[in-house]
Amino acid sequence: MQYLAAVYWDEKRWLALPQAERDRMMAECTAYGDEVRRSGHLLAGAPLHPSSTATTLRRTGDQLIMTDGPFAETKEVLGGYHLFECKDLDEALAVSARWPGLRWGFTLEVRPIIQHVCG
Amino acid sequence: MRVNLGELHRHEYGRILASLIRVVRDFTLAEDALQEAFVAAHVQWAVDGPPPNPVAWLMATARHKAIDQIRRRALHERRRTEIELMIAPEELMTAPEDTLRLIFTCCHPALAPEARVALTLRTVCGLQTEEIARAFVVPGPTMAQRLVRAKNKIQLAGIPYQVPDDDQLAERIDSALAVIYLVFNEGYAASTGADLIRSDLCHEAIRLARQFVELLPAEREPAGLLALMLFHDSRRAARTDAAGDLVLIEDQDRSRWDRAEIDEGTALVRRALAGGRPGFYALQAAIGALHAGATSAEETDWRQIAALYGVLLQLRPSPVLELNRAVAVALVEGPARGLELLGRIELPNYHWLAAARAELLRRLARHAEAAVAYRQALALVRNTAERRYLERRLAEVSAG
Repeated sequence: MQYLAAVYWDEKRWLALPQAERDRMMAECTAYGDEVRRSGHLLAGAPLHPSSTATTLRRTGDQLIMTDGPFAETKEVLGGYHLFECKDLDEALAVSARWPGLRWGFTLEVRPIIQHVCG
Repeated sequence: MRVNLGELHRHEYGRILASLIRVVRDFTLAEDALQEAFVAAHVQWAVDGPPPNPVAWLMATARHKAIDQIRRRALHERRRTEIELMIAPEELMTAPEDTLRLIFTCCHPALAPEARVALTLRTVCGLQTEEIARAFVVPGPTMAQRLVRAKNKIQLAGIPYQVPDDDQLAERIDSALAVIYLVFNEGYAASTGADLIRSDLCHEAIRLARQFVELLPAEREPAGLLALMLFHDSRRAARTDAAGDLVLIEDQDRSRWDRAEIDEGTALVRRALAGGRPGFYALQAAIGALHAGATSAEETDWRQIAALYGVLLQLRPSPVLELNRAVAVALVEGPARGLELLGRIELPNYHWLAAARAELLRRLARHAEAAVAYRQALALVRNTAERRYLERRLAEVSAG
């Protein structure tokens, strides 16, 4: 099965961390990424640029509405993602639980992906 | 041979379902198929008489129903592999590990706590959705929806049907034990409603814990929880009077305590405490054993009980445990010391804190203050039997 592990973080808190601390977390996350890619669990994944760079699209009737910024104005915003291939939820949760960002107070939302949509 | 289908459903439903889920690998499909098999049994056994092995008959019939369903679905989607998988001969026996797998799936921490409880009662214990709804004072459709949502999550999120790996086992056992104890507590001290005790839920919890202890004989905490519940349950008859009113442990007629349950609990608590640091349930069971072994409230080893609460608090700090410790300390060092400890506990909306304060004030003959505290407790209490108890106490201090 495939799972999306979406990273949610408080950007302000992230920016408030000392540079050395941010570098350390990034290095650990990169090492984690290499490890889970080698083990065959990570299919894709990346951090995202800040939510200030986001553009949100909606359509009402015929009109396309384009807004600057993320979909929801919340303290914790989407900050990255992992696409995992795992045999079941227990494996997906065990792999996700090893993500170093959790130790810096970031959150992972793990959700199953709908596959075989086209049969 | 006569077979009571209701009894059979009661005792075997969870076991058959557990094995069926292993074979068909689909929670909802297995449930529907087993339901159909019971309906078929109703009709067929009435005409032909029951088969020699009713459980095997139900299992085989349910499996056939499930295969039919999968075949229809697979033909529709033109998937051969599923059909072949199902037609391959499978082990049809019910196996004890299946029940264990089912318990772990229903108590998975990825499910909401209230869904874990409902699902366990529905599948492992075979209770009807309506019965569970009544027990938890929730409308039937709400409970039905809760169950559907949980089953969907199991299916779609890929919650596995397996005994967890060693590195996850301890945590998952904790989660399952918490569910079992919640069922028991809801039965033992119904949070709402007229009856103080709903013994059917107590029985289900004890039955579940017994299975758990049998299936995981090397684990000590399941034995601890079973012992703890047996000690509570042994006092059930003495805990309410003829009018259904609450009787506190110091006023209970100890000859009405169930000796068989106490003996079973005592043997289990020894096992739960043997070797290594005692766990959360083992410690509480040890406290239960001290109560059960005492001939009267005065003879009870309150000093030891207070000490055990101290150890429990180190393991898992909780204001409710602090309250229990304060009550035990009050019996050793006097009500004034107990009041001092109660003063440090933050438990807004918990009627037992106000009730304990009222009790200690009453013993200190500070009747006016006791009356205020009883009124506070009465404003918070939701169970009718407990309410009557508090009202009686309030009348006593108001008269004195």
